[in-house]
Amino acid sequence: MKIFQNLFDSTRPVVTTGKLKGLYPLHNALETMFFVPNHNTHSGAHVRDAVDMKRTMIAVIFALVPALLFGMFNAGYQHYKAFGLLAEGSLLSQFFTIQNFMFGAIRIVPMIAVTYIAGLAIEIYFAYRNKHAVNEGFLVSGILIPLIMPIDIPLWMVAISTAFSVLFVKEVFGGTGMNILNPALTARVFAFFAYPTYMSGDKIWINTSPEAGAQVVDGYSGATALGQLASTGQTSYSSMDAFWGFVPGSIGETSTFAILLGAAFLIYTGVGSWKIMLSAVVGGLCMGLIFNSSAHLLDPGAMRSYMELSFYKHLMYGGFAFGVVFMATDPVSAAHTERGKWIYGFLVGLMAILIRVFNPAYPEGIMLAILLMNVFAPLVDHYVVQGNISKRLKRTKLQHA
Amino acid sequence: MPNFHNVRKGLDLPLLGAPAATVDGNLRSSVYAVLPSDFHGLVPKLVVKEGDRVLAGSILFHDKADARIKIASPVSGEVARIERGDKRKILAVVILADAQTKYSSQPSGMPANREDAIHWLCESGAWPLIESRPYGRIASPDAKPKAVFINAIATEPLAVSPALALAGREQDFAKGLEVMSLMSDRLVLSISASEASPALTNASGVELHRFAGPHPAGTTSVHINRISPLNKGEVVWTMAYQDVAVLGHLALTGNFKLERTVSLCGTGILKPRCITATPGASLEVFLDSELKPGNFRVISGSVLTGANVGKKGYLTYYSSQVTAIPEGEGTDFFGWVIPSASKWSISRTLFSWLSPSKKFDLNTKQHGEDRAFVVTGLYDKVFPFDVLPMPLIKAMWAKDLDQMEQLGAYEVVPEDFALCEVVCPSKQELQKMAYEAIDLLQKEMN
Repeated sequence: MKIFQNLFDSTRPVVTTGKLKGLYPLHNALETMFFVPNHNTHSGAHVRDAVDMKRTMIAVIFALVPALLFGMFNAGYQHYKAFGLLAEGSLLSQFFTIQNFMFGAIRIVPMIAVTYIAGLAIEIYFAYRNKHAVNEGFLVSGILIPLIMPIDIPLWMVAISTAFSVLFVKEVFGGTGMNILNPALTARVFAFFAYPTYMSGDKIWINTSPEAGAQVVDGYSGATALGQLASTGQTSYSSMDAFWGFVPGSIGETSTFAILLGAAFLIYTGVGSWKIMLSAVVGGLCMGLIFNSSAHLLDPGAMRSYMELSFYKHLMYGGFAFGVVFMATDPVSAAHTERGKWIYGFLVGLMAILIRVFNPAYPEGIMLAILLMNVFAPLVDHYVVQGNISKRLKRTKLQHA
Repeated sequence: MPNFHNVRKGLDLPLLGAPAATVDGNLRSSVYAVLPSDFHGLVPKLVVKEGDRVLAGSILFHDKADARIKIASPVSGEVARIERGDKRKILAVVILADAQTKYSSQPSGMPANREDAIHWLCESGAWPLIESRPYGRIASPDAKPKAVFINAIATEPLAVSPALALAGREQDFAKGLEVMSLMSDRLVLSISASEASPALTNASGVELHRFAGPHPAGTTSVHINRISPLNKGEVVWTMAYQDVAVLGHLALTGNFKLERTVSLCGTGILKPRCITATPGASLEVFLDSELKPGNFRVISGSVLTGANVGKKGYLTYYSSQVTAIPEGEGTDFFGWVIPSASKWSISRTLFSWLSPSKKFDLNTKQHGEDRAFVVTGLYDKVFPFDVLPMPLIKAMWAKDLDQMEQLGAYEVVPEDFALCEVVCPSKQELQKMAYEAIDLLQKEMN
């Protein structure tokens, strides 16, 4: 403790008055990370809640840990499965192996590192330029971005996507707290539209880098469940496999179970909005039910059989759960008013399933649905606020009538 | 039950250092001071000079804008000095008190009508005890309030209980209510749902309302919002129950005896209890024997809304509480991630929720740095008004007067944002911001 304090104290003159002035935000960010500063209240309430932005953000990261760890196992599992290299045994003994974990970790940890370096470098530059402290928002984005990328994406693409979203979605609007779109999702969308060959199709969800003395097994298909559903209306993955997460997909999105653990943590600590999560699930189920009941109007075919997919199964396939729990609940880009959150969440769920089924070119509907609703969230808030205003006006008129 | 209001949103801070339910001792000081800054929006014009003799009830200064608003000396003695700041701004009128308080004698008995009552209260120096909404300032004698709200609930942290404070002053209180009933057709008395004191539950001539729930269930803003929300152009007057007793005493005896039962509380106090005190009293000598050794912040008022007056400060004019809590000291190694049993939070990211009845020795630490607004919905949990806190705060921040007006700025005073400020993870100074915004609104509208 003392040794760190001395280190910060001795280097402070260099970054405040010395040659390395530009590094002050970095120094300050590191110092406040090691030591919560001894600021005391100087106006208003004399005591404060012990929660600050850092603790709020670290809570979200804790909630992401189950999905992250599962993603690491699953990356290896899918890879070795494709090559037929899994040992005999039960599914669990095949899945939770050190080999699987190491395979995933070797690829995912560098992605996280690259994301943080690219994003924080820009954040620190803007903190220096606009003379404010480095905000903690990117701590979460830096984990979220790798988790919604395919395992095989090149690191430079991760870096460029991150840089794009931090620059054009966050900093041009004024930095943390001012953005309209979710920065992590925008990074994914940027990669999706800028490098479509890397980001869609059947080849990217499972790492098939050559293994010595092994060939990809016969009948192997790298398609995700949503990819299969969009093209044929059927999927070879059972909904139970999808619930537990033994399917191909983006790194963090496959296991609905791991995501539910995170959701429970977010709701219990009060960090994530249960209203958005619940209403999005209801919205998704509603759209699923609408499809189920209207599928018979279509001619038989892929679209019809996709629409006939049981409504609740939509929650388990693809990134729906991950998006609803970790993306739609981003407090900055979601609706800000409590009533608005119900509407916003419901429409996120509704649009996600609608886009997913009706637009096979973009099987991942949740991504576009959340971004769309991010854009509309201020409008939703506007009408909620107007409702409050007109209620007050009505009261005044009544009084003076 | 009619006139029962259950306030669900809010927060009772789990603080140690609650005062014992006894009135034990009297804060007698040889030095008193009246600070113009205690009267929000008032520009003082002195009527005394250094060396003058004053009685309790003698006028010290009046408002430059309205000479009828007069501030009286709470004690008798000699004006020792007038403290001035930049541009000769008057900071304090300091009085060396007599050992025995002598009162300037005022007419006693019930005034005949409203005009007489207002004139009499102004002349006796008791008028500043009546405040008005919107803006939360001393009432204008010309205003026609649609109602007068008497607040007899104490939900502020560690506050003195109304039953205890009124014990022995029941007649004064009843008389004070009678005086105030002249002021408006509607006299509302708000009491706690669990109140048992007959002086309050059987008060006559009032519209009695009961409130249950955590703080801010006991703030006048909540009462107004629930009983008769304030619309644009309307005025209500507000008063604290102890000051009603002061008015009653004035009517009964002709003496302006500004005395309150004050809660002496907080973990910095050796023996937390209630005492009798007169606003303006210097705390300096008194606290020497009451404070524990150590670095404590002395607050005139509660930890939510009080003023940091320091160990040498004075009891502020409207305060009925002296709180001492430890100043935060030192940095906190990885304090933002390491859970600590001594920290408290409304969220469940720390472990204070495991022991909901545990009380904490909270200090003045801010626990983090100022940040942009990120988390939403947290203010709503502690803001029981039919007002959207975040949009209003943003309108106030932007000094957008139209939007402020539409969103209900007339219905709040800065103190209403105290709990939002406590729970804010971005550590924004909301009360200060609201203070400036409401001040601006007042200037622009008048």
